[in-house]
Amino acid sequence: MAKLIKNRSIVEDSWHLLKEVSSLDEISDKSAQSIIVPLAFWQEHRRELKQRPGKTAVWLQSNELPAALGEDLHSFALIALNFPVFSDGRVYSSARELRSNFMFKGELRAIGDVLRDQLFYMARCGFDAFALREDQDIDLALEAFDDFQDGYQVSVDKPEPLFRRREQTL
Amino acid sequence: MYRYDNYDHQMLEDRIAQFRDQTARFLKGELADTEFLPLRLQNGLYIQRLAPMLRIAIPYGMLSSTQLRKLAYISEYYDKGYGHFTTRQNIQFNWPALEDVPDILEHLAEVEMHAIQTSGNCIRNTSTDQFAGSAINEIADSRPYCEIIRQWSTFHPEFAYLPRKFKIAVCGTSDDQAATQVHDIGLFIVRNDAGELGFRVLVGGGLGRTPVIGKAIREFLPEHELLTYLDAILRVYNREGRRDNKYKARIKILVKETGVDAFREKVEKEWQSLKGGPLRLTDTEIQRCRGFFDEPDYKELPAQSAKLSEELSRDVLFASWYQQNVDAHKKPGYAIVTICLKTTGVAPGDVTTEQMNFIADVADRYSFGELRISHEQNVILADIEQDALYEIWQALKSNQLSAANLGLLTDIICCPGGDFCALANAKSIPIAESIQRRFDDAKRLQDIGDISLNISGCMNACGHHHVGNIGILGVDKKGAEFYQVSLGGSAENTTSLGQIVGPSFAQDEVPDVIEKIVNVYTRRREGDERFIDTFNRLGMAPFKEEVYGKTN
Ligand code: SF4
Repeated sequence: MAKLIKNRSIVEDSWHLLKEVSSLDEISDKSAQSIIVPLAFWQEHRRELKQRPGKTAVWLQSNELPAALGEDLHSFALIALNFPVFSDGRVYSSARELRSNFMFKGELRAIGDVLRDQLFYMARCGFDAFALREDQDIDLALEAFDDFQDGYQVSVDKPEPLFRRREQTL
Repeated sequence: MYRYDNYDHQMLEDRIAQFRDQTARFLKGELADTEFLPLRLQNGLYIQRLAPMLRIAIPYGMLSSTQLRKLAYISEYYDKGYGHFTTRQNIQFNWPALEDVPDILEHLAEVEMHAIQTSGNCIRNTSTDQFAGSAINEIADSRPYCEIIRQWSTFHPEFAYLPRKFKIAVCGTSDDQAATQVHDIGLFIVRNDAGELGFRVLVGGGLGRTPVIGKAIREFLPEHELLTYLDAILRVYNREGRRDNKYKARIKILVKETGVDAFREKVEKEWQSLKGGPLRLTDTEIQRCRGFFDEPDYKELPAQSAKLSEELSRDVLFASWYQQNVDAHKKPGYAIVTICLKTTGVAPGDVTTEQMNFIADVADRYSFGELRISHEQNVILADIEQDALYEIWQALKSNQLSAANLGLLTDIICCPGGDFCALANAKSIPIAESIQRRFDDAKRLQDIGDISLNISGCMNACGHHHVGNIGILGVDKKGAEFYQVSLGGSAENTTSLGQIVGPSFAQDEVPDVIEKIVNVYTRRREGDERFIDTFNRLGMAPFKEEVYGKTN
C-alpha cells in the first residue's frame, strides 16, 4: 500500500485513487474497497455509487469548483484536490473554500504534483492529507510543516489572523 | 517607521532557514530547476544575463538610515559597489553569488529587511506616494495601510501561486504620485459624507503588453474591511485568472474578459462570506499601525525661513536646484528634498556604496534618520528644515548627488534593459544617456519644463513607458535593437496611456527624434502650457510630421 502523510504522520493509504474511470463495470471488482473517483464520474453515477458497500470519495481537478458537489459535499469522508502541476494556485482557494465556506470537516487530501516545498501553505489552507509525488522523500517532507512557526493570515488551525492574536498579548 | 516585533522577526528567521535549505538542496541537485524557480523568485532572486540578480523589498519605499547603511554594506561585500533603485521602490543588486544569498538575507533580517515576494507570481511590494505623511495635500497617511497590506500579503498561503504577479498601490494624497491607476489594485484613500475613512477601489490597471487604466469597482470601502475585500478580489482572480497564456494572465485581462460589472458582482459575492469576519481590521490594529508613523518631533518654525530666502537670492545654482528638487511640506518651516539619481553618465536609479553611506548620514543629521525611494527611482528626504537646505545642497554637490533636474526631461525613468535583464529586447541605459547628453544644458531643460520621459527595454514595461509624456520602448526588429516612441502618456491624476508616433527608430536616431518632438512643443506651446497640455491640445499630427516629414 502506498504511504501518505496524514495529520503530520506517515500512514498507509487505505483509499484507492481512480484517476480515470469511465464505467461502473471498471469498479465492479472493487466493491468493498474505498475509492476516490473523478467529479464527472460521481455526478453521472451518484445513485449507484452511494449504494456501494465500500466508501466512495471524489477528487476535483484544479479548475473544478467545490460548489459542484452541491448537497453531497458533507456526505464525503474524504475529498481530494488535484495539483496538475505544483504551481497551480487554484487548488489552494478550493481548499480554503471547502474548509471556511462549506465547513467541510472530512479529510482534505492533496494529490498530483504534491511537493515538499508547498506543504506548509497547503496545510495552512486546510489540507490535512498529502499523497506526495513518487520521487519525494516522505520522511524529509514531514519537516515542511515546521517551516514557519506562525503566519500573518487566518489559517485552519489559527482562525484569527495574527493582528487579532497580537492584541490579546498587548 | 514600522518596527518588527517578535512575530515579524521569527517569521523572517524561519524564512531564511527555509531558503537556505532550499538553496542547498538545489545546489546538491535534489531540487529541479523548475521547482526551485518559484521558490527563488519569491525570495527576489533572478538568474540574469550576467549573474543572479537579487531584488530587495523596500516596503512602500520607506527606509531608515540604518537600513540604507546595510544596503551599502551589501553592495560593497557582495556586489560591485553599487545598487539600483527600481520603479517599484525596491533596490536590486546585479552581482551576488547564488550561494551567498542566504547570508545576504540574514544581513537584511538584522535591519528588518528582506527580499520576500519581490518577484514571482505573487503579491508584490505595495507602493505609495513618496511624500506620504509629509505632503501638503494629504487625506490620510497611506503608510499604516500599506503596512497592514504588507503583513496580509506576506506568505499568504492561498495566494502564493497566482496566475501572474500582482501589484497594489495606495494613494492618500490628492495629487497621485504613485501611478496608482495602473496597478492590479489601486486604492485611493477617501472620506465619505459621514467623514469616515475608506478606499475607492480600482482593479485591473497595469502596464506591460496590454496597458490598461484601472476601473473602479467600489466607490467606498470602509477602512476596517480593507483586508476582507482584498481577500475577495484575490480569490476571484486566483480562481478565474487565465493560466493558459502568460500574456493574458494579469487581472486586467480577467476584468476585461469578464466585464467590470460582472467582475464586481463576483467580488461582492465572495466578499459576503469574508466581510465582518476575523479579517476585519480592529480599531486597535489600525491605531497600532498608525502609531508607527506618528509625526516626528517637528520644531515650531516660521513658515518661510529668512536664511533660505537670503541664500536663494545669493546663489543661482542653489536656487535652480531648490526650484526643481524641493517641495512644500505640510509643516511650516520644513521642506521635502528629492535627490535626483539621474546624473548624466550614471544609469538612472544607480547609487554607489559611498553615496548610500553619505545619504544615510544626511538622513540622520537632517531628516530624523528616514528616507524614501520613489517610483521615479529617486531618493527623498521628507522632513528637512528650510534652514538646512543650503548646507545639504552643498554636501550633495560634493557627492555628485545635486542633479537639479527633478521632473525635467533628463529625469528619466529607465529599466535596466539589455545591459542586465535577460528579458530585454534592447538596451535602455545607453538610450537614457544619449538623451541626457543631447539635453545637457540646464537653461534649456528648465525652459522645456515639466515633462516625463520613460524607457523600457521590452514589453514588460518596468520603465513605465506607457505613462511617460514621452515613452520609449525597446523592440526587436529582425534581430536588431529598435525603439518605438509614444507620446501623451501620464501617470498623474488624469492618467493616460501614450500613443505610438509611428515606425520605430535605430538607437542613434533617438536623440534627434526626441529633439524634434521637444521642438514642436517649444514652438507651439501657449502661455505656460506644459508639454502634456500642448500635446493634448494639438494631438499627434504636428509631432508626427516633424519626426517623419510630410506625408501625402
Ligand atoms: S522592461 Fe523588460 S528589459 Fe526592462 S527590466 Fe523589465 S523585463 Fe527587463
